[in-house]
Amino acid sequence: MPAISIRAIHKRFGSLHALKGVEFQVEQGEFFGLLGPNGAGKSTLINIIGGLARATEGSIEVLGHDVVGDYRHSRRQLGIVPQELVFDPFFTVRETLRIQSGYFGLGRENDAWVDSLIDGLKLSDKADVNMRLLSGGMKRRVLVAQALVHRPKVVVLDEPTAGVDVELRKSLWEFVKALHKDGHTIVLTTHYLEEAEALCDRIAILHHGMLAALDTTKALLARGIGNIRCVNIKTSEPLAVIPESLQHKIKSQDGNSLVLQLNREEDSIVNVLDVLRNAGANVTDLETEVADLEDVFLELTAAGRS
Amino acid sequence: MNLRGIATLLYKEILRFSKVWLQTLGAPVITTLLYLLVFSHVLEEHVQVFRNVSYSAFLIPGLIMMSVIQNAFANSSSSVIQSKVTGNIVFILLTPLSHLEVYLAYTVAAVVRGLAVGLGIYLVAIFFVSLPVHNVILLVAFAFLGSAVLGTLGLIAGIWAEKFDQLAGFQNFVIMPLSFLSGVFYSLHSLPEFWQQLSRFNPFFYMIDGFRYGFFGMSDVSPWLSLVVVAFSLLLLALFTLFLLSRGYKLRH
Ligand SMILES: Nc1ncnc2c1ncn2[C@@H]1O[C@H](COP(=O)(O)OP(=O)(O)O)[C@@H](O)[C@H]1O
Ligand SMILES: [Mg+2]
Repeated sequence: MPAISIRAIHKRFGSLHALKGVEFQVEQGEFFGLLGPNGAGKSTLINIIGGLARATEGSIEVLGHDVVGDYRHSRRQLGIVPQELVFDPFFTVRETLRIQSGYFGLGRENDAWVDSLIDGLKLSDKADVNMRLLSGGMKRRVLVAQALVHRPKVVVLDEPTAGVDVELRKSLWEFVKALHKDGHTIVLTTHYLEEAEALCDRIAILHHGMLAALDTTKALLARGIGNIRCVNIKTSEPLAVIPESLQHKIKSQDGNSLVLQLNREEDSIVNVLDVLRNAGANVTDLETEVADLEDVFLELTAAGRS
Repeated sequence: MNLRGIATLLYKEILRFSKVWLQTLGAPVITTLLYLLVFSHVLEEHVQVFRNVSYSAFLIPGLIMMSVIQNAFANSSSSVIQSKVTGNIVFILLTPLSHLEVYLAYTVAAVVRGLAVGLGIYLVAIFFVSLPVHNVILLVAFAFLGSAVLGTLGLIAGIWAEKFDQLAGFQNFVIMPLSFLSGVFYSLHSLPEFWQQLSRFNPFFYMIDGFRYGFFGMSDVSPWLSLVVVAFSLLLLALFTLFLLSRGYKLRH
């Protein structure tokens, strides 16, 4: 039995067709990445899994329980960390977590688990502080704890690391990795390709409400995804003409800054610099940037065409 | 039934209003006592509604009931709209709590707030005005049912409204007129015929009339009729709210 089974899901918001027949399964114990640019429909899909939204067509099961017909069971198996940094300003961290645990029918016997979540997410010194007074990163950690109060088998994190500082991102990764080791099924949506690369066994890519790719991370990387990187080249003077051989690699150009999209295997930075120098450019600075998902899509669709 | 789940949501709702008790309990008690002070002082000499009942005494049950129902409404409606606007409603929507369980918790919390305010006013008022108690069971029944009706209406308004001013509109154009035109300040028989007939379609009238019967043993219509009307209103509104909740109306998109 799969952890999550998604069948022919369509979702319309009025005239907007946000999900167009999405279908895939997440196996138990998997670390699954759900990727896609803004507006692809990731959050909508997650909301349907959690019952926050209703599918227009299709059905979803969590560990065999239909998320509409058998929601009591599906929601007990499911912990969702929402994308939005929501919180209840009336309560402290501990109150928030104990109340959440109570909604699932758990009482004082669950307090020890709640305390261990507080510890595990490094919230101990904020446990009795009102939610309002917490930093964004702290609030994010409370959201993660809240999703786990009832010890769900399947954990879905909707962009948990967006807008989060490097330190917290790392500690969240460690925490989620430990959850996965404990046997939890993890579904992670993210904007950071490197994050998905480092953590996920399999990746689904959603684009315009459709599944654009679904494969093991390894196989996707072998298809060249992840091989792209961007190089930001600064020159002393704005370039009048860009050499023919670099034309199709331009991502953006602004004054004396030129961003090229290169393939890690096929293009050599040294060659690129030589070409520029031969064209009379005086390169003053060079930075490489990690490719973001938008680049991956360009690459995916370009690869599909050629 | 997820009894512990209901109890937790109820506890959360009670904690929510009791953390700001000055605003949610203190203020309505004081406002109502000011009404009492002003109206009874001005009208005491001139108005007598029931034989052997002073106007101040006549006024108290109506004022108590008006506060009870207004606060019951305010509690569930403001809680739901706040949760919707801030987005933390998801914490409830993601749980296995059923429509009935959510309904019960919000409504009972509204009843608790309503009754707490009512009791507060009563305890202060009897210091100044002697007030008989004719039938305590009916009295409690009307306070309970009345606040449950308004707690339910508050839930409907909170679910329906998308912004705070829509909720304020509901409060100003539905709840306030109905509660002021329900016979808080007068007996039905002192109204012109047309208004008397109109009042009979106002469920709030039956709440106040029946509640007043609990104190004086006198009322405009039979307390049993009032009890049936109020209980039936509760039933209809509860079924409607359960329908909205089960459809996820304006909650689950
Ligand atoms: N409640 C809603 N009402 C109308 N449109 C919505 C709603 N929620 C999402 N959408 C639209 O659905 C599309 C998918 O959004 P979303 O699932 O949030 O994408 P993602 O999480 O991948 O960034 C977007 O075009 C968004 O504007
Ligand atoms: Mg999203």
